[in-house]
Amino acid sequence: MVRTYLLLAWTWLRASAQYPIPMAAMALGSFVLNGLDVAAIWIVFGHTDALGGFTLAEVMFLYGTAGVSFALSDMLFGNVDRLSQHIRAGTFDAMLVRPASAFVQMATDRFGVHRFGRMTQAAVVLGIALSQLDLEWSRTWMVPVMIVCGIVIFTSIFTLGGALQFLLTDAPEVANAFTYGGSTLTQYPLTVYGGDLVKAVTFIVPLAFVNWQPGLYVLGRDDPFGLPYWLRFAAPAAALVLALAAALAWRAGIRRYRSTGS
Amino acid sequence: MIEVDRAGRSFTVGRGRSRRTVHAVQDLSFTVEAGEFVGYLGPNGAGKSTTIKMLTGILAPTSGRIEVAGLDPLRRRTDLTRRIGVVFGQRTTLWWDLPLKDSFELVRHLYKVDRNDFRRRLDELADLLDLSGFLHTPVRQLSLGQRMRGDITAALLHDPAVLVLDEPTIGLDVVSKAAMRAFLGRLNAERGTTVLLTTHDLGDIEKLCRRVMLIHHGRLGFDGTLDDLRALAPGEDSIEDVVTHLYTAPPAER
Repeated sequence: MVRTYLLLAWTWLRASAQYPIPMAAMALGSFVLNGLDVAAIWIVFGHTDALGGFTLAEVMFLYGTAGVSFALSDMLFGNVDRLSQHIRAGTFDAMLVRPASAFVQMATDRFGVHRFGRMTQAAVVLGIALSQLDLEWSRTWMVPVMIVCGIVIFTSIFTLGGALQFLLTDAPEVANAFTYGGSTLTQYPLTVYGGDLVKAVTFIVPLAFVNWQPGLYVLGRDDPFGLPYWLRFAAPAAALVLALAAALAWRAGIRRYRSTGS
Repeated sequence: MIEVDRAGRSFTVGRGRSRRTVHAVQDLSFTVEAGEFVGYLGPNGAGKSTTIKMLTGILAPTSGRIEVAGLDPLRRRTDLTRRIGVVFGQRTTLWWDLPLKDSFELVRHLYKVDRNDFRRRLDELADLLDLSGFLHTPVRQLSLGQRMRGDITAALLHDPAVLVLDEPTIGLDVVSKAAMRAFLGRLNAERGTTVLLTTHDLGDIEKLCRRVMLIHHGRLGFDGTLDDLRALAPGEDSIEDVVTHLYTAPPAER
């Protein structure tokens, strides 16, 4: 599976290298756009020294961890939610007659350098945050754990979005609300949102486990919403449950696949 | 090699009150033995592509049972891909921006073909299909005829027992068509590869197929030799006229 992924990604990368200028422009464009996001945070903090009760470095930490998770997930698997395009074009049929998982083929489709742009920016923000925060050393183990859980959670949402398109070939935007929307939501401390929304992203779409709950543990903060302390360690369980649901939905989707005419 | 037992596929289309069930394929039964060369005919929308998609594991049948190369296409789709070759005439599976050879190398990795077997087979196919002049040309620069030869090669590198071709001669000029037919005939005669071919080109059928199946309104209307097919419409001269007669005949007459 990993071997097939690397093989296909490398093949697409070589194919995209046939067009070096658009390739470089896309990578640069993506980096600049995401750089503007960082600038926006700086501007917000130019007028206030805290956001939702969190300092600048803490906000950058939350932004950076969610950003790295989302960027890696989007880079590796984000293309899965373009399924409806492939169904309409008939190219998904061709994937089904090859001896490789349709999921891996979808994930690697048109793999190019533009996928790296988002990650660089998020990694820079996380790096700055980590250097400015005086983290308790015994709690830093959670940082890689939360990033991996975040990747699993975002990838599961991408996959659920893709699976939904087996049924609704014309509604890829439904899934975007949860993937790109979820990415934006997790960039800020959840205290800037209302309590009901926080409960929804904790217990229904488990976005709070991408960075918020484990982040509270790393930063040594009390939960402003007063949710139980053990939730800070629940990210792996939440990620696992969501991943299982996504895998089942994807399989069910392929079973129900209707293809197109001709 | 291919067993279809009362297979059917229906689709639900429309919403609300206009919601209805369309039977793309109904009660389809046939058997194809190893080494046969079968032509699958039918007007547009008759259910040809739906059948091909069920045979290759792309679509689940809504009723009946299908077995290809000893496997249930839906449950064992990935295993089946290693035993069959599939070519869709209307779309390529080759990498558009890479040299043709690179697509073949990728096939070698995906299908886990032994390096020596791969080299031997590619040499053989390159010779038969005359690929040597454009093996290192990016696929996007190939003519349709060249690309189709590339697609056929890609589908045969893992030496499948069954080759399924969906309109392989569509859009080809007469020379390319003749070369393609000669190759397919040889493949079937010399290697014993079972071939199932859909086409609208009756020349393909006359030149290649010892057996013809005709699907109409989702049902198998005819299954027999070319001569049997001609006998169905004694007044008609050419095979074109025979088939036109059958396509337009009211269901009761079939």
